[in-house]
Amino acid sequence: MDLLFSTCAAIAVLATALAISRPDPVHALLNLIVSLLATAGVMFSLGAALAAALQVLVYAGAIMVLFVFVVMLLNAGPEARERERRLLRPRYWLLPSAMCAVLLAQLLYGMATPAVAPAAGIAVEAKAVGIRFYGPYLLAVELGSFLLLAGLVAAWRIGRMPERTA
Amino acid sequence: MNGSPLLTAALILGGLVTVSALLIWAERRLLGLWQDRYGPNRAGLFGIGHVLADMIKIFMKDDWIPPFADRVVFTLAPAIVMAAGLLAFAVVPLSPQIHVAADWNIALLFFLAVSSLAVYSVLLGGWASNSKYALLGALRASAQTIAYEVFMGLALMGIVAQAGTFSLTGIVEAQRDLWFIVPQLLGFMIFLVAALAETHRAPLDLPEAEHELTAGFHTEYSGMKFGMFFVGEYAGVALASAMLTTLFFGGWLAPFGLPEAPLLWFALKTAFFIVCFIWLRAALPRPRYDQLMSFGWKVLLPLSLVNVAVTGAVILWRS
Repeated sequence: MDLLFSTCAAIAVLATALAISRPDPVHALLNLIVSLLATAGVMFSLGAALAAALQVLVYAGAIMVLFVFVVMLLNAGPEARERERRLLRPRYWLLPSAMCAVLLAQLLYGMATPAVAPAAGIAVEAKAVGIRFYGPYLLAVELGSFLLLAGLVAAWRIGRMPERTA
Repeated sequence: MNGSPLLTAALILGGLVTVSALLIWAERRLLGLWQDRYGPNRAGLFGIGHVLADMIKIFMKDDWIPPFADRVVFTLAPAIVMAAGLLAFAVVPLSPQIHVAADWNIALLFFLAVSSLAVYSVLLGGWASNSKYALLGALRASAQTIAYEVFMGLALMGIVAQAGTFSLTGIVEAQRDLWFIVPQLLGFMIFLVAALAETHRAPLDLPEAEHELTAGFHTEYSGMKFGMFFVGEYAGVALASAMLTTLFFGGWLAPFGLPEAPLLWFALKTAFFIVCFIWLRAALPRPRYDQLMSFGWKVLLPLSLVNVAVTGAVILWRS
């Protein structure tokens, strides 16, 4: 499981770096999909098989399909690639890199502190996750469903917006 | 998994690819039968040699990549459909012993997850071809797949609630007294339509509707890359039939108290559904694309939600 964890983590980091640095939007998205799949592998190696399956099913299998769908509809040509290239000049890297450095520092600090126990790798059953959701985390689930309902209503309203006569 | 899971996996993969290739011939023969003609009946016994001839032909063909295509993605796309189809078979229990990971506690979710990845092959194939017909086919495929995927999963939740497990071995065992086709008839009907749309087989093959889109997403493909899409589609049909058998028709269990013969019963039931898939293609015309989409979102999605709610209510009422 350690080997699986390291391999998946390495792939995830590499694919994410490529997702940021690829000038072609579709190639960037493909790398992001690989990164999401590798993250699912990491979750699985830590014993969260249900979370891993949902990660693939929802993020890699549905949400990213919509992303690719929209990018395909826009049919970005060479101009878009050129624009992306210009955005990748070093001075644009400064601030995001600084933010990432802060996160990295925090991560390293967390790893150095012995109080933070490494993941035990106990397999979590789907049933246990469900019981948790409808027990202690019921409020969070309900809030999430509120948010989704609001999104649905908004999408419905935008879809039915009467055409404005100029 | 008796002893060597690797051998089991290799045998299942080999068998599946062979069956998928044979299905090309079976489909042509059966379509011929139903359309009152012979179909391919020349080479070998009953024309079964046509499979070999077709394979040789497709391997010898010029494997052309259009100069305007995105080479890497263009090559990757047909591999994805094969990989996804074959990977999903890891969780299908052919018999209590012959399977790779059917007793996994998230087997059913694994099947749904992997089959949701198969859409990338069509989507990327269409995009990388850099041609309008292919792009339109890919757009249709992705919208159709996302719409039908939602309730494909929801339609199965009634079964999960009744069996109390995501493990496919557990689901088959839960059908010892009564196959799930009886209590989950609605779920079966929804899953059948969704599986048809997911494998984009006729009558729901709008992504490659040849009367308007030439060949849809695989317009620019030739040689073995086209062959991969083709065999991948049949692997999808075999997978959908195997899942229908496992989830609703008792998998390897013998029907009507007949003698136990796990592998034989599983194969017979799966073959029956494969023939049904071909039969549907021969019998039904395509719907219009907007009809397909509104039927999915406005009829099947609410129905699958009702199915989940009613199943849940019945289970609570009984306990």
